[in-house]
Amino acid sequence: MHTEKPKNSFEPKIIAFVCTWCTYAGADLAGTSRMQYPSNVRVLKFPCTGRIDPVFILKAFQQGADGVLVSGCHPGDCHYIAGNFHARRRFAAFRKLLEFIGVDLNRLQFSWVSAAEGGKWVEVVTDLTERVRSMGPMVEFKELAMEEQWSGTIDTPELKEAYNQI
Amino acid sequence: MSRIGVFICHCGENISRTVDVARVAAEVGKLPGVAFSTDYKYMCSDPGQTLLKKTIQDQKLSHVVVAACSPRMHERTFRKAVEAAGLNPFLCEMANIREHCSWVHENIEEATVKATEIVGMMVERVKKNRVLPTITVPVTKRSLVIGGGIAGIQAALDIADGGHEVILVEREPSIGGHMAQLSETFPTLDCSQCIMTPKMVDVANHPKITLYTYSEIELVEGYIGNFQITIRKKARSVDEDKCTGCGVCMTKCPIKKIPNKFDCNLGMRPAIYVPFPQAVPNTPVIDRDNCTKFKTGKCGLCQKVCGPGAVDYEQEDTLIVEPVGAIVVATGFDLYTIAEKPKGSPIKGYGEFGHGKIPDVIDGMTFERLASASGPTGGKILRPSDGKEPKQIVFIQCIGSRAREKGISYCSKVCCMYTAKHTMLYHHKVHDGQAYVFFMDARTPGKSYDEFWRRSIEEEEAVYIRGMVSRLYQKGKKIVVMGSDIAVGVQVEIEADMVVLATAIQPQAGADTLAQKLGISYDKYNFYSEAHAKLRPVECATAGIYLAGACQGPKDIPDTVSQASAAAAKVMALFSKDKLEREPIVARVKESACVGCFACKKVCAYGAIEEKEIRDRQGNLVKVVAYVNPGVCSGCGTCQATCPSKCVELDGYTDEQIVAMIEAL
Ligand SMILES: Cc1cc2nc3c(=O)[nH]c(=O)nc-3n(C[C@H](O)[C@H](O)[C@H](O)COP(=O)(O)OP(=O)(O)OC[C@H]3O[C@@H](n4cnc5c(N)ncnc54)[C@H](O)[C@@H]3O)c2cc1C
Ligand code: SF4
Ligand code: SF4
Repeated sequence: MHTEKPKNSFEPKIIAFVCTWCTYAGADLAGTSRMQYPSNVRVLKFPCTGRIDPVFILKAFQQGADGVLVSGCHPGDCHYIAGNFHARRRFAAFRKLLEFIGVDLNRLQFSWVSAAEGGKWVEVVTDLTERVRSMGPMVEFKELAMEEQWSGTIDTPELKEAYNQI
Repeated sequence: MSRIGVFICHCGENISRTVDVARVAAEVGKLPGVAFSTDYKYMCSDPGQTLLKKTIQDQKLSHVVVAACSPRMHERTFRKAVEAAGLNPFLCEMANIREHCSWVHENIEEATVKATEIVGMMVERVKKNRVLPTITVPVTKRSLVIGGGIAGIQAALDIADGGHEVILVEREPSIGGHMAQLSETFPTLDCSQCIMTPKMVDVANHPKITLYTYSEIELVEGYIGNFQITIRKKARSVDEDKCTGCGVCMTKCPIKKIPNKFDCNLGMRPAIYVPFPQAVPNTPVIDRDNCTKFKTGKCGLCQKVCGPGAVDYEQEDTLIVEPVGAIVVATGFDLYTIAEKPKGSPIKGYGEFGHGKIPDVIDGMTFERLASASGPTGGKILRPSDGKEPKQIVFIQCIGSRAREKGISYCSKVCCMYTAKHTMLYHHKVHDGQAYVFFMDARTPGKSYDEFWRRSIEEEEAVYIRGMVSRLYQKGKKIVVMGSDIAVGVQVEIEADMVVLATAIQPQAGADTLAQKLGISYDKYNFYSEAHAKLRPVECATAGIYLAGACQGPKDIPDTVSQASAAAAKVMALFSKDKLEREPIVARVKESACVGCFACKKVCAYGAIEEKEIRDRQGNLVKVVAYVNPGVCSGCGTCQATCPSKCVELDGYTDEQIVAMIEAL
């Protein structure tokens, strides 16, 4: 099952924000069924995708995530009636915003994985990991984080101009 | 400063085979705030829990992380142990290094690094965990049972005999479900009606059971111990209290030729009808789509002939609200109909084997009605096209089932057995007839099942042909069935008078809509999912909701009844307490920061958010803020992610806790 990876190849960090009822349970099922998938993903459990604040996604990128997955119950199946609908609307707007600030949306994946879909979880995680691996590390936000740390180095002309206007 | 204890479980070898547990313990032991870390063979075992409790006390631990299986498996176990050691249970977290790590990775190095990081994340999270008080809620000791087949009937009777009130809701005009349609039942061949109807009558007479037939679930609100159910009682057009069940209306109704669904459309019924003579309740219902009075305004005969004046054309649907503490879902199954493809069905392969086109190709349930003494033919096996007795009959098993390429990969479980039963019933009734069965395998596990199947061959002379049918067509009055006998390696061709298809068992139509109302999960076929395939087979993941019968997967009567009684036992256990502890995962509003925009109120699907007035000492209104009613809040956290001023917080999932985890990466 395990494919040999070339040495020193880039191993992306993937963070998954999932709801407890559907996707977390689906990932558990993948485990009990002993399915195999890349070890790059770290799972954060939420009661509902409705609880997932877009800020967490930004925070994840800033902390060095190369890809982010948000996954919950299928439309209509929300354990909390409609949390996933609110999440869907929120993330639709958020995606536009990310696109606007220049984040490659291929790094951010939304999916529905139910408690019975262990196989789909494996597929989604594997696809995202492979895609992000081929895209290389996410650097934009790390630079931003650095800037925050050493606030002072303003080196692009655009930033300088903006800075002078404040 | 926190003193965190970390316990890494080997889970026998399940974790330690791919995760170097000692290394994980050593690595996380170095994290700031971790006062103690160790690995142990089985944390959930009695000595494991003792170790946990003893270490909490000896090491004066402030927080605990148990790295083991999924929290869905053992979070309760460890939180209870932590509580027993004098620590607030919500200061304990689990790191899932089994389902999410050791079981899904083979490379020891990768799995060990990942496990270390997962535990590290939980260590950072637990530091931000707060002491949460347990919330106790009252338990309404009444239960709702949805579906009045044998599963729902058994569960309702068991709960009611246990002394608790039951509300039984059935969609059809009568209870009974599919078992009421069966002729005789395997493995003993006792008459289905004879064992079923007494139970139906018990339901009707039980002082603790309220029966709503011809009714559906409109809305489900609330949570374990405290559900509010809105039931839509469809207009029956007959007053149940006045009707004596004399049946005069049915004999006088001029519309007589409506195919009766209960008889698989073989028999006819009037527009005002009971589906079958032993129906419970024995109150007719007017089928408004076919009634002349409703179509043209004329007729009205049934009202005129009804002595007690029970017929009421003006009756409307009514909505009834019932508070209950537990729900048993027992909505059963339907047969896969290959005659026509239902709208939106993902299942392919319709129109095969002439079903729906050749009148003498029928399904198993239709055969049950033909064989039933109370059926449309009085129990004579007569073929639908010309009413003649078929002398050569072919049964084909696994129609739809076990055909992954057509959309259903599961085995329907009951068809091997009921086909064997059908060959026997046929042989008992048509002595000079011959039955052939095309089958892939004979699956007969179950007490006395294999003996039963053998009897159909050895004593009842059924000829079993291992192989599938390749072609089937009408030739004059015969149906030519062509297939291969793979055991002998020859082609076979049979000129049959009638063909019976053992079509797949599927969940009831609308099973998904009901699941969405209940907030329970279901698989891709719409069968309802149990909380754990082995250890919690009758519970849903949603607390307070239990499953019984074929709605959870294909099942025969013995299994259905066992599961129904098991579900009833679960309900009884729940009702043995007056108060229930519920997870204190609820939202709270920081009133000082709330600007009263009520964005949260709009997204809360539970209506948990109220407007609260803040007044100064003189009683002047200062501002109106949001207030979360903790009894109603379900803890989804949608309000928190929505609040623009970040003043709603979901206990157990605060921003602080989540950001701590992300930062641990
Ligand atoms: C042809 C055939 C022969 C069989 N022969 C045998 C046999 O000999 N021996 C044996 O052990 N088993 C036999 N079985 C299996 C047996 O029929 C089932 O095990 C049994 O009927 C399952 O009972 P149930 O209550 O789960 O489902 P059902 O009998 O399907 O009852 C479900 C009930 O729920 C109601 N309902 C559905 N949806 C809703 C809703 N949304 N709201 C309210 N009510 C709803 C339905 O109207 C129905 O009354 C046979 C099955 C078939 C198909
Ligand atoms: S509605 Fe009237 S006539 Fe019909 S069964 Fe009831 S009592 Fe008899
Ligand atoms: S967490 Fe918020 S949105 Fe969800 S149920 Fe509670 S109050 Fe409503």
